Amino acid sequence: MAGDDDIVVRVRGLRNAFGDQVVHENLDLDVHRGEILGVVGGSGTGKSVLMRAIIGLQVPTAGEIEVFGQSMLGRDDSETKDVRRRWGVMFQGGALFSTLTVAENVEVPLREYFRLPHDLMDEIAAYKISMTGLPPEAGPKYPAELSGGMRKRAGLARALALDPQLLFLDEPTSGLDPIGAAAFDELLRSLRDTLDLTVFLITHDLDTLYAICDRVAVLAEGRVLAVGTIPELMAFDHPWVQDYFKGPRGRAAATARHEREGEAVT
Amino acid sequence: MGAPATFEEQERDGVPVILLKGDLTLPQLKDFPKRLGALAPAGDSRIDLAQVTDMDTVGAWLIYKLRRDAGGGLEIVGASPQMLQLIERVSAHDRPVQIHPTHLPPIHRILGEIGEATVVAIQTFGGFLAFFGQTLLATLASVLHWRRFRINSIIRQFEVVGVKALGIVGLMSFLVGIVIAQQGAVQLRQFGAEVFVINLVGRITLRELGVLMTAIMVAGRSGSAFAAQIGSMKLAEEIDAMRTIGLSPFEVLVVPRTIAATLMMPLLGFYASVLSIIGGGILCWISLDIPPATFVQRLREVVPITDLWVGLVKAPVFGAIIGVTGCFQGMLVKGNVEEVGLRTTSAVVQGIFLVIVLDAFFAVFFTAVGWD
Repeated sequence: MAGDDDIVVRVRGLRNAFGDQVVHENLDLDVHRGEILGVVGGSGTGKSVLMRAIIGLQVPTAGEIEVFGQSMLGRDDSETKDVRRRWGVMFQGGALFSTLTVAENVEVPLREYFRLPHDLMDEIAAYKISMTGLPPEAGPKYPAELSGGMRKRAGLARALALDPQLLFLDEPTSGLDPIGAAAFDELLRSLRDTLDLTVFLITHDLDTLYAICDRVAVLAEGRVLAVGTIPELMAFDHPWVQDYFKGPRGRAAATARHEREGEAVT
Repeated sequence: MGAPATFEEQERDGVPVILLKGDLTLPQLKDFPKRLGALAPAGDSRIDLAQVTDMDTVGAWLIYKLRRDAGGGLEIVGASPQMLQLIERVSAHDRPVQIHPTHLPPIHRILGEIGEATVVAIQTFGGFLAFFGQTLLATLASVLHWRRFRINSIIRQFEVVGVKALGIVGLMSFLVGIVIAQQGAVQLRQFGAEVFVINLVGRITLRELGVLMTAIMVAGRSGSAFAAQIGSMKLAEEIDAMRTIGLSPFEVLVVPRTIAATLMMPLLGFYASVLSIIGGGILCWISLDIPPATFVQRLREVVPITDLWVGLVKAPVFGAIIGVTGCFQGMLVKGNVEEVGLRTTSAVVQGIFLVIVLDAFFAVFFTAVGWD
C-alpha cells in the first residue's frame, strides 16, 4: 500500500447534493503521487461535480477533502492559497479569458502569484505555449479566433503556467480529432514523466484510458464503484463496468492498445 | 519547503564556475532571474547544479537561457538526469511567440480608428434600417398568418416589459411629479402665480415627461435585456440552431419583443403620467394648500385632451424603436463575451438617443398641426 505521503488527493465520505438530487453519497477516493488517474462514469454521475468539489468550486454537504495533506473544506481562500498554487485546472471548454490573448491568458496565474521580470514572464508563456503543441502564431490570438482543439491546448498551457504538481483535466480530448487526441495523450504522458505530475483526468475517451491512465476510477451510484488498473476493472463484476470496457468501443480501444504495444516490442 | 534560489561565482582549476544553489522553482525565485540576467559569464564557464535541490521548468528555462545567451558553450555539471531532461525539454521549445496583438503607431491607429468608426457608423445605420424593415415584414407576416404568431411568447414579454416595470416606473414618475411641482412652485411664487403649477404638472407630464421618462426606463430595463439575451443566444449558437430547424429568429425573438415594447409603452406612459400628476397633486395639497378636488377641477380646465393624444401617439413609436434597437444590437454580437456587454450598452444609449431625436421631431410636428 502507498504511504500517506504518496496520497495527493484524499476524499472521504463526500456527499454532494443539489436540493433533493443527491449526486454523491459517501464517496471515497485517493489519488496517488505521480499517477494519471482516469475518472469515468456515465453522463450525470457527477464526474465534473467531484472535480469541482476537490478544487473548491462546489461546497459539499458532508465529507472531507484533503489535497497535499491539507484539509480543503471550511477554510477560506487565503488559507488554501498555497495549495491552490500547486495545482492547475483545465476546464472542458478551455475557459480562457476571452478578452486576453492566449499568451496573456498563460501569464495571468504568473502575474497573480509572482513578481517576475516582464521578459521572463513572456518567455515562460512562450515555451509553455510551445510545449502544449500550439504554433507560435497562436500567442497573440484571442480565444474566439481559435479552434476548439487549440482552445483546449491553450487551456492546458494556462493550467501548466505555475508548474503545478497536480493537474485536473476535464475531458481534455473530447471534441478533438483522433490524431489530435492521440497527440494530446502523448503530450500528457511526456509532461507527466518530465514534470513529475499527478493527473486527475475526467474522460469518456477509452483510447486515452488505455493509452495513459495508470488507474481508473469508475463513478456510479453516487460513489466510486471501483478503482484499479484496466485489467482489474475488466474482472470487476458490475454490469456498467463490464459494458464499459467490454462493449464494442471498449474492445476496439483494447485491440488498438495491443497492436500499439506489439509494434513497440518488434 | 526548500531554500531560496541563489548562485555564487567561483573558480575551480582555473575554470570559472557558476554554482547554483537552492530550489530553482517559481516560489523560490524572487529576484534570482534579475541577478542571474545581470551575469555575463565567460564562454568557457561551467554551470554547477550539484547543490540545486529542486527544479521546475522555469528554473530549467533560466539555466537554458544562461547557456544560450553565453553562446551555448557552457558546460553543465553536477545535474541529475531529471534536471538534464527538463533542460533538454524546455530548450526544445525555445521559439519566439508573440504575446500581445500587434499595435500600429498612434497616428495610424487614430486615423484607422476614425475611418473604421465612420464605416461602422454607416454600416450600422444601414443595418438598422434593414433590420427595422425585416422586423416590420416579419410582424406583418405574423399578423397575416395567425398560426405563426407566437402569442405565448408575446404575453410573456408583456409581463417582463410591462407588468414588472410598474413598480419602478410608478415610483419614478411619482417622484418626478413631486419635483416638477415643487420646483415650479418655487419659481411661480415670485409672481404670485402658484396656481399655474397645475398647468405645469398637467401639461408637461402628459405631453412630454411621462412618456419620455418611461421610454428611458424601458430602454434601460428592457432594451438592454433584449440585447443581452439575444447576444448570449448568438454566442451559444442558439440562433444558428433555430435557423437550421427552420425557425426564423425574427419571428421567434424579435417580433414578440418588439410588439411587447410597442404595446406596453403607451400603457406604461399613461400610467406614468397619471402617477406624476398624483405626485404633483399631493405636493400642491401639502405645500400650496390646493385641495385635490380643486386640483382636478383646474386640471380639466387647463389641460387640453390633445396633450393626452400627443403622449399616446409618441409612446408606441418609442416602444418600437427601443425594442428594435435592443434586438438589433443583440443580433450584432459575435466573438466574445465582452461584445455582449458592449452591445447591451449600445442598445441603451442608441435607444435613448433615438427616442430623444424622435421626440424633438414630434414636438415640431405637433406644434405645426396645431396641437399646442
